[in-house]
Amino acid sequence: MRLRGAATKLRPVADGCQLLDMRRLTGVIDYQPTEFVITAWAGTPAAEVQALLAEHGQYLPFDPLLAERGATLGGTVAANACGPERYRYGGVRDFIIGARFIDGNGHVIQGGGKVVKNAAGFDYPKLMVGSLGRLGALVDVTFKVFPRPEAYATLQMSCPSLDAALALLPKLTNCPYDLNAIDIVVNGSNAATLLVRVGGLAAGLPQRMDRVRSLCGGGEIVAGDDEARIWREAREFTWVAEDASVVKVPLTPARIPALDARIQATRRRYSVGGNVAWIATHAPAELDALLTALDLAGLVMLNALGDPRIGRRVSHPFAERVARALDPQHKFG
Amino acid sequence: MSQAEFLSALRAVFPPGRLLTAPAALAAYESDGLTAFQARPLAVVIPETQAEVVAAVRACHRFGVPFVARGSGTSLSGGALPIKEGILIALNRLNRILKLDPQQRIAVVEAGVVNAEITKAAAPYGLLYAPDPSSQPVCTIGGNIAFNSGGAHCLKYGMTSNHVLGLKVVLPDGAIAELGGDSLESVDADYVGLFVGSEGLFGVVLEATVRLLPKPETYRTLLAAYRSLEAAGDAVSSVIASGLLPGALEIMDHLSIQAAEAAVKPGYPLDAAALLIVELEGERAQVEAEWARLREVIDASQPYLIKVARDDEERSKIWKGRKSAFSAVGRLSPDYIVQDGVVPRRRLGEALAEIEKLSAKWGIRVANVFHAGDGNLHPLIMFDGREPGALQRAEELASEIINLCIRLGGSITGEHGVGMEKRQYMPRQFSESDMDAMWALRKAIDPLELANRGKVFPDGEAPALRRVGSHPLEQAGVISRV
Ligand SMILES: Cc1cc2nc3c(=O)[nH]c(=O)nc-3n(C[C@H](O)[C@H](O)[C@H](O)COP(=O)(O)OP(=O)(O)OC[C@H]3O[C@@H](n4cnc5c(N)ncnc54)[C@H](O)[C@@H]3O)c2cc1C
Repeated sequence: MRLRGAATKLRPVADGCQLLDMRRLTGVIDYQPTEFVITAWAGTPAAEVQALLAEHGQYLPFDPLLAERGATLGGTVAANACGPERYRYGGVRDFIIGARFIDGNGHVIQGGGKVVKNAAGFDYPKLMVGSLGRLGALVDVTFKVFPRPEAYATLQMSCPSLDAALALLPKLTNCPYDLNAIDIVVNGSNAATLLVRVGGLAAGLPQRMDRVRSLCGGGEIVAGDDEARIWREAREFTWVAEDASVVKVPLTPARIPALDARIQATRRRYSVGGNVAWIATHAPAELDALLTALDLAGLVMLNALGDPRIGRRVSHPFAERVARALDPQHKFG
Repeated sequence: MSQAEFLSALRAVFPPGRLLTAPAALAAYESDGLTAFQARPLAVVIPETQAEVVAAVRACHRFGVPFVARGSGTSLSGGALPIKEGILIALNRLNRILKLDPQQRIAVVEAGVVNAEITKAAAPYGLLYAPDPSSQPVCTIGGNIAFNSGGAHCLKYGMTSNHVLGLKVVLPDGAIAELGGDSLESVDADYVGLFVGSEGLFGVVLEATVRLLPKPETYRTLLAAYRSLEAAGDAVSSVIASGLLPGALEIMDHLSIQAAEAAVKPGYPLDAAALLIVELEGERAQVEAEWARLREVIDASQPYLIKVARDDEERSKIWKGRKSAFSAVGRLSPDYIVQDGVVPRRRLGEALAEIEKLSAKWGIRVANVFHAGDGNLHPLIMFDGREPGALQRAEELASEIINLCIRLGGSITGEHGVGMEKRQYMPRQFSESDMDAMWALRKAIDPLELANRGKVFPDGEAPALRRVGSHPLEQAGVISRV
């Protein structure tokens, strides 16, 4: 059986399997704004949830990807599809507190709950994050949510090279300023744009932006719609060609130069303070070999042909045993 | 295969000083922080290297002997209680910080590293390890991982799980697995997330890669006094509803205020029915803007007194009272049980009123000091163990409080874990099929049930209850609890 959400990212092919389309399993099940917790059916569009939360000044701080193209909550969890603002408070794993799913035995399992702190029972909700539908079909999910920053501003700074931008990175990640996102966009082979997003109460924002600018030694401060557009572009992948495959590569800033030297011809972006590389490619197979050589793992998030997992593949006995318990007959993968 | 053969296999790995079998030497390991339970293991091994831990686990697997990992033994739920026919693997000496990389903001530490040591090592770089259980001067990162431990700052930055990026573990059959990595992101299922909080049932953590955060630039702390516990609970709900995200939101009730004042004189108002402590933290300009809003919300909640910490000294005084409260309350009563159930935050006021009623019904004093922002209660049920039946009555009251948490839609434990103590309550929170699924997962990972056998699942025999009281380290004044 293959599971399908809105297919904004991975487009499962039936390859002789049943295709289970989750798109009609939609709607918010429980949302008490004062509780800052929301439960919705797995097929609910992330955009719908974001809009509802926004009415109450709240948001999903992990910055779900491709919400405008219809990404569902279940797909967001299964693909671990979080965006640049994940830098500030954490990713999907840090906000999912409950999940109900059907495992390969046909059992409905409820993991976690609806309270923000919970040490009872195994943490299935986190296990579902990044599971790519291979361990079970998500039925509903519960997230804790946060108050949404009242205002945002972004420092946009052109750097002569990626190295110059990378040199600023530790200054930013180690300073006691509360930064919401730090991305580096590489333009061609020898220029880069550093983007630093700051959010919070409008009152303190100008002062905070001035400090970020002096820390970086320059740059332009962008606000309003232009600012929102910068980050929308990152979340919705409007910076890549329609037919390109987009690959997510988790890494650390120290590993960026070695990777970047080998992908000069592609469009790319280093996000989450240098913890994620987004690479647009027309040759996923070549990238697969390169990532393997660099001991990096990748996931083709957009326009995958076949198995979306590329690069280094780790198989460890823990994963095998978990799969044996949840899906002994390999119904899902 | 005999016990003698098993012990000689251990002897081949551990020198005599690090393989304890004499009753006198074992006595120190009979209990953890929940001193009500005690059991004497067959042996205690004290590995100094990861290879020795692996060798011990492999020997256990070969001979079918169950094992329990132990960090500092501060578990409040009996999680590190030994198994009579098994061994205890004491990890305190597996305590190297293998790597601290300030640029990538990560540390790689062995399981026996004490929580506070990580922050100490990171401090010169302006960084810290965020999870801060009150036991942090002694508890180990391995124990924190097993329980997904929390602290006073979970509201904004989450629990242990949210700060662990990678794990190296030895599974119950001796196989080694590396989960996660050193990046904030991953493209695999979150096996780290599943392992954290599994209470030692999936094997032994050897090392962990944790993320470090920059130390907040500034703090603003206030204390608000209320005429009723419910009013303080409602104030918490309105602070949260206001869109502020404080670093800490804590409540103390009348009994604990009295006790704390008697113990460390933090200058709390003695006539208050409840105190609320709110702390904002972060970048100065943001905190100042939040502060103005916080003052409005607090004023509207009608406390009869507000005290603002004007400097670091006043701030630490407020926290000292808060942190000492548990041990101070402990002095009011020869024995106590502490629970750590969770309720939805908007139902805090209701939960507190209900606990007051239960306390009156049973005629048992209950002090409340807790992480209000997370809805994580810490009712402290006081009794005198010398009085016949007193422990049983206290436990019945504890059980009613746990039921209350479940009924309100919460959890039986927020951070102390299920361990031995709350096993029987699991089926109240989870359905039969959820329990079956968890059991099947446990069996797939550990078919022989060697790792921490008898914990979490409501079967097996419980050792006899002995006594209930403060942890020996608390009595010695080394740690205090929140
Ligand atoms: C005074 C006091 C205050 C406390 N305050 C807090 C608090 O604020 N917040 C909070 O969350 N808790 C608190 N606790 C509870 C306790 O300190 C935590 O649960 C802590 O994480 C336990 O760490 P430890 O090293 O003592 O582990 P232990 O008690 O030795 O063991 C705890 C559990 O972890 C398992 N374990 C230990 N090491 C490993 C390993 N390497 N691999 C696998 N499993 C392992 C054990 O088998 C056991 O099940 C407090 C306890 C006391 C006594």
